[in-house]
Amino acid sequence: MRDERVRRYGSVALVALLIAVLPHFIPSYGAFELTYVGAYAIGILGLIVLTGASGQISLGHGAFFAIGGYTVALLGQKLGVPYWISLPLAALASGVVGLGLGLVALRLEGIYLALATFALAVATPSTLKHFKALTGGSQGVVLSPLAVPGPLHGLITPEQWLYYVTWTLAGVFFFATSLALHSRLGRALHALRDNEIAAVSFGVNPHRYKTIAFGWSAAYAGVAGAIVAIATAYASPDAYGIALSLALVTGAVLGGLDTLWGALIGGVIVEFLPLWAQNINPAAPSVIYGIALILFTIFLPGGIGRALQSALNSLRLRGGNQHARS
Amino acid sequence: MPPNVALLEARALHARYGEIEALHGINLDVAQGSIVALLGANGSGKTTTLRALTGATRRSGSILFDKREVIGHAPEDVARLGIAHVPEGRGTLSTLSVWENLAMGAYTLTDARRTRARYEKLVAYFPWLAERREQPAGLLSGGEQQMLAIARALMMEPRLILLDEPSLGLAPIIVSRIFEILRTINRDDGVTILIAEQNAAAALALADQAYVLETGRIALSGPSHDLAGNEQIRKSYLGY
Repeated sequence: MRDERVRRYGSVALVALLIAVLPHFIPSYGAFELTYVGAYAIGILGLIVLTGASGQISLGHGAFFAIGGYTVALLGQKLGVPYWISLPLAALASGVVGLGLGLVALRLEGIYLALATFALAVATPSTLKHFKALTGGSQGVVLSPLAVPGPLHGLITPEQWLYYVTWTLAGVFFFATSLALHSRLGRALHALRDNEIAAVSFGVNPHRYKTIAFGWSAAYAGVAGAIVAIATAYASPDAYGIALSLALVTGAVLGGLDTLWGALIGGVIVEFLPLWAQNINPAAPSVIYGIALILFTIFLPGGIGRALQSALNSLRLRGGNQHARS
Repeated sequence: MPPNVALLEARALHARYGEIEALHGINLDVAQGSIVALLGANGSGKTTTLRALTGATRRSGSILFDKREVIGHAPEDVARLGIAHVPEGRGTLSTLSVWENLAMGAYTLTDARRTRARYEKLVAYFPWLAERREQPAGLLSGGEQQMLAIARALMMEPRLILLDEPSLGLAPIIVSRIFEILRTINRDDGVTILIAEQNAAAALALADQAYVLETGRIALSGPSHDLAGNEQIRKSYLGY
């Protein structure tokens, strides 16, 4: 068991080191793209909490990206609030709306919850366009770029700075999520997902935990949306449509909903799959998303994350056997 | 143990699934420290009765647990009062490990030391739990899952445990082992047991009192040995 712990922390440390040194070996634009990967990974981490751990479906997480993005954009534009204040507020705003939606979700099971959140995703762009006075309508809101703080001036580019901020946040969220999912709270969520009657018989309040999961998940999506808006330096209604929501769900399913590594893989997929697919045909990304979703749910329901994990496990077992024989 | 002090008293208990009433006003008494069997064929209302007691099903009437009205309490609060429920189909949390399942059972105990102490006590009844504690519970055999479900329900130090068909799908030798453990838990720890069973012979041998359900009503009740000793009752109601 100690070996396993060493291995687990070892692999986490290795990935963290890789992320830390990577910007120095790739062009600045690469760091810019990887910032998006980090942001999407944080958003998908939210889906892992919601769908993977608590068994609720959201096809509308793009709406929480919008709340996060517009919170930092409007606070910056109208009140000049700096990002280090507006980013936590984005998480808070999105989280509170998520709690509210979580209360609604209690009344909706499975397919109905999927449909309701789908409607939310569809309604988000037009809602943003409608409240023109606040949101700037379809023009969107321009954000000021993130400035490199004084001491680091000249040492790293703004792209690299945002990259480090994003991945530090991602690291903190991964660690916190891992701890929380292995605590009493995480076990309660798992129990509710696996067998609600049993969970309730242990004294778990299903309403409270399902609502918490929604708020928690939405807060992550809010942070992710804020980072995307800062990186793009622009928040526009059409960026938060159904396409984003579906991309997040696809990333989560392909990456894997039952391991946190799935969020990392999902982030890479959401950022790079459309870019690769566009080389084939401008319409290819959505077709490839659709086909991949179908194939994965049939042949690889645990996603790439679980497939990699079981591949590693079997390699390890085989290695162990050889060891025993020699 | 003071004789005939009622721990649970249900009066005119009705339960419904949507429009359909499944339990038509039953009276049920479970004395402190006793084992009571709830018998009857498939669909007679055994599972519904247990679910109505915990609140997992919509119910009306009166349920006094230790002289306290339980109707109106949410199911998770009923658990906190000290009623554990081993649901139909064992309720195994298959992706969680054996230990995590047991920890879930102790969900209402916020003190980690108390949880640990409970675990040590239950390992004395089910020694194999310690050997397999890190395994996913879904990999256990049917009998092991049933024992895990019972152990898990006992983690919360319940005063009353409701068991829904613990013998279902298990080999007779496993059933008699599980019933033996139930008897020990009842005798040594004073846990009161209400057990719904289709296996009438085994349940009557275990229980002090028995109720026979027929389409949502109590058809008859009495001391187990009276029911088991009456050939006519055995043939017409219990099918053995």
